[in-house]
Amino acid sequence: MRRFDRAAWIFVAPALIVLAVFFFLPVLAALLISLTDFDLYALADFSNLRFVGLKNYGQLLTEPLFWKSLWNTFYFVLLGVPLSIGTSLGAALLVNSKLARWRSLFRTVYFAPVVTTLVAVAVVWRYIFHTRYGFLNYTLGLVGIDPIDWMGDPHWAMPAIVILAVWKNFGYNMIILLAALQNIPEDLYEAARIDGASSWQLFRHVTLPGLAPVLLLVSILTMTGYFQLFAEPYVMTEGGPLQSTLSVLYFMFEEGFKWWSLGRASAVAFLLFVLMFAVTVLQLRLGRREGAA
Amino acid sequence: MKRPVATVLVNTALIAGAIATAFPLLWMLSVSFMPSGAASSFPPPLLPRAPTLDNYRQMFADNAAGLYMLNSALVATAVTAISLLFNTLAGYAFAKLRFKGREQIFRALLGALVIPAQVAMIPLFALVKQLGLVSTYGGVIVPGMATVFGIFLVRQYALSIPDELLEAARMDGASEMRIFRSIVVPLLQPILVTLAILTFLATWNDFMWPLIVLTQQKLYTLPVALASLSREHVQDNELMMAGAVITVVPVLVLFLAMQRYYIAGILAGSIKG
Repeated sequence: MRRFDRAAWIFVAPALIVLAVFFFLPVLAALLISLTDFDLYALADFSNLRFVGLKNYGQLLTEPLFWKSLWNTFYFVLLGVPLSIGTSLGAALLVNSKLARWRSLFRTVYFAPVVTTLVAVAVVWRYIFHTRYGFLNYTLGLVGIDPIDWMGDPHWAMPAIVILAVWKNFGYNMIILLAALQNIPEDLYEAARIDGASSWQLFRHVTLPGLAPVLLLVSILTMTGYFQLFAEPYVMTEGGPLQSTLSVLYFMFEEGFKWWSLGRASAVAFLLFVLMFAVTVLQLRLGRREGAA
Repeated sequence: MKRPVATVLVNTALIAGAIATAFPLLWMLSVSFMPSGAASSFPPPLLPRAPTLDNYRQMFADNAAGLYMLNSALVATAVTAISLLFNTLAGYAFAKLRFKGREQIFRALLGALVIPAQVAMIPLFALVKQLGLVSTYGGVIVPGMATVFGIFLVRQYALSIPDELLEAARMDGASEMRIFRSIVVPLLQPILVTLAILTFLATWNDFMWPLIVLTQQKLYTLPVALASLSREHVQDNELMMAGAVITVVPVLVLFLAMQRYYIAGILAGSIKG
């Protein structure tokens, strides 16, 4: 038993040491740093570090730009998550349909954007959104819609980023939902059909309840992912126009690595984490209650 | 009579969806072969009238795309190799070896999944700076050398290895390392392929941490280099499309070749996660 123990520790030690040093330690340090005025001077010499208590948090909560970034991120999540999941569900139902041909081909095509490099496809979409030469405005023009200044109009920049995010991500949840659809027993559909249920009733009373737990999981995963919005605005809009696409993480990045207010940046990271955690718990609660009802 | 109509509807919707999904990638490819300026016209051209490799030549000759590609390949390969080894060792031990505190440690690791990586980033930067690793390949690689997700994935798979098999080997006097190498690793092979692909693609595509830690241009990975180039060449659409193709095609090809393993990983990671 003892020899056994030692062998086991040798197996887990490398991974645990890496995780402890490069993840757990930094997370704890982030909490401490967020209570200090950690800056470029402290980075050069730790003796310049001063404890400032909750000052960073206080400053953030009275900083309009932080609130703006928070609102932008919420806007992105509230618009992006339902659209993403709706698209994923639609795609999964279509691919799963018995009437569908070439299913695996469609599945592959729909999934392809997921594996692409976000920075690269953001560059591509910036071009698709181009006001004069972009393909989207051209297509909209064909149905009589005037060109939209996607990247230059504060009202349209975030929706544009949502379009990119939905395109990039819907395939991921589609795969998970497809697996869940295939797990719903065929007997349930048969029984409902014998009772004379219409297609809509089948969807509403067999498919949706069957998918409910997976839908909850998928919406939590998507939501926590979307709270971490960063690369899309970094590449497409640099947070503009008029800071309309400045996300919380972008704000943290600028605080930390442009202005080198590392203490404040850590406070931003922590607030984002607390927020994400709270929304996840809320969603789990709501999900459970739905499930019980 | 109702069936054929529904069939046409479903398949039309699928085809329309596929065109909309594939279009950005196809257009990217097409425009990357257009001469400079050709894509800035109305209506937007679908296919290059006079296909040229000029953009690729410019990317590789003037903008060091080859170097960035090498950096990306190097970093992604190193992270994949190291993390695969560490995660497999740990994942197997959490599944099959008994040691004190095993369950508690594993539960703590799973709990840590709710903490987004960005929370650790600022102290991580200070730490990497202390270690003298800012703007080195090492700085990009070290935080990825082990992942909770990887340990979890391997553990779930390793649980199915029969204990009798390991016991029999122990009876024969095989050391734990020997058992790991000659029995466990071959049995884990499918999940190891899956984990390797997931890790390689995720590292190749990673952006925020390399952007923070790589301050010298000659060490840039493709996404960091492309983001920086795209800010300089806002109007140069044809060139940027070539840059995007160079960045995306390697991972897309890898995915298409290993699709089955990749999708298995997503399902294994999400259903129990």
